[in-house]
Formats: sequence, structure tokens, C-alpha cells
Amino acid sequence: MARTLIHAPTTARKGEVIEVRTLIAHPMETGYRAGSDGRTLPRDIIRRFSCRYNGELVFSADLYPAISANPYFAFHVVANASGSFSFTWEGDNGFAQTESAAITVA
Amino acid sequence: MTQGLIHALSRRQLVAAGVGVGLGVTWRPARALSDELAGALRKFTGDAPTKEGRVNFDIAPLVENGNTVPITITVQSPMSAADHVQAIAVFNEKNPQREVVACKLTPASGKAVVSTRIRLATTQQLVAVAKMSDGSCWTHTVDVVVTLAACIE
Repeated sequence: MARTLIHAPTTARKGEVIEVRTLIAHPMETGYRAGSDGRTLPRDIIRRFSCRYNGELVFSADLYPAISANPYFAFHVVANASGSFSFTWEGDNGFAQTESAAITVA
Repeated sequence: MTQGLIHALSRRQLVAAGVGVGLGVTWRPARALSDELAGALRKFTGDAPTKEGRVNFDIAPLVENGNTVPITITVQSPMSAADHVQAIAVFNEKNPQREVVACKLTPASGKAVVSTRIRLATTQQLVAVAKMSDGSCWTHTVDVVVTLAACIE
């Protein structure tokens, strides 16, 4: 399990636009670099990140090798109901991880 | 007094001319996109023509470390069900691959602002494209200078 950092407010007013920031520890090996033996290191990246809010897909991104190690994303969501965010990262070599964060909307 | 006025005018004109020359040196029109970059862009936009505007690509013009370059893309849009940004993508000119990132947004995003961190192999041109719900595509092209390249070490 890779370490993740998720910054999302735990409470919000209904209709408020909130900022969500996520980061996951991952080397994002590009597949273009040479290792110490001179051979190209095989690619190992996260290819897709998605955020669901109470089951509804609100943000997703396709990642390419040009994304830095430890991919970081900041985006916005309209808080319209209490519930939870679920964040999913999927990538090479069967990488898949899901994290969640709860939010209370008053 | 008239002599003084003439003197002041010519001085003013001189200053204005100097500013004009200065602008001429620093202001350059945006370079045309390379064929490869334009091709990658077309793959994303489809047949829709792209227009410059509405998108703001925020990136440091001088990048010290190409391994992690913070970028923020802001698109002017009400983000309503009728008029919202469907997708935002970033393309580059000289990395091994033209694509950098492609994000999908919905009206539930509320605000079309996305930030991430990218790698840059060398000094090059970058393009941010936003695809709107009405099918139109808007771009912002930036030139960045990279002093320490990614993908070398």
C-alpha cells in the first residue's frame, strides 16, 4: 500500500465549492530512463486517477510518464450532500489503491 | 518657454520611443506549434477548431528543476449543466511523449481549476486545451525555460 495524503474539508455548507488535494507516493518510472546497468528501466506509472463523490464520478485524470513522481492533484467539487469521497489510483503492474474521506454538509 | 515645451515634448517622445523599442525586444509573437504537437492536439480536440483564450496556464516561465514543475490550469466557465468544461489536457513539445495529462470534469466540479506537478525534459513549448460542453476548444500556449532537465538522472 502506497502512502497517500488527502486534503478535503470535513464540513461544508450546501452548494459550497470545495478544494480537494490528493497525493500518492509512487515512483512514476517513465520507461525512458537507464538504470545503473545501462539498460532502460521498465515503465511503472499510475495511469488513471478518479474521484467519486457518493458514487458519482466528479473528477478523473489520465496520467502519462510526464507526471512527476508522487502524483499530486488539486481540483474542486460542489458540496451538495453529506457522504464520502472515494479516490482510486490505477496503474502499471496491477497497481490499484482506493482511499476515502468523509464530508458533512450542513 | 516655448523652447522648454519643445524640449519637454521631444523628451516625452524620446521616452515613448524608448518604451516602444523595449517592447519590440521583449515581446515576441507566439511560435507556431510543431507538427507533432499540433497532431497530438488534434487527436484530443477532434475536428473542432481551437481558439486561443478562456484558458489560463499558470507555470513558472523559468523552471529550475524539470523533475517536478507545479502547473495550474484555470478555465473561465460558469460550470453549469448547460455550459461547463468537459476536459482539460496538457501537451508538450519535446518530452519523449507529447501527452502530459488529460483530466475530465463535470458540472459537479463547480470550478474549472486543476493543479498538478509535471516533468519537463528541456526548454520547450506547452499547450493547455479545454474542451467545453458545446464542443468548442480553447487553448493557452506557454514557453518555458528549463535549467535542470528531468529524465537525465
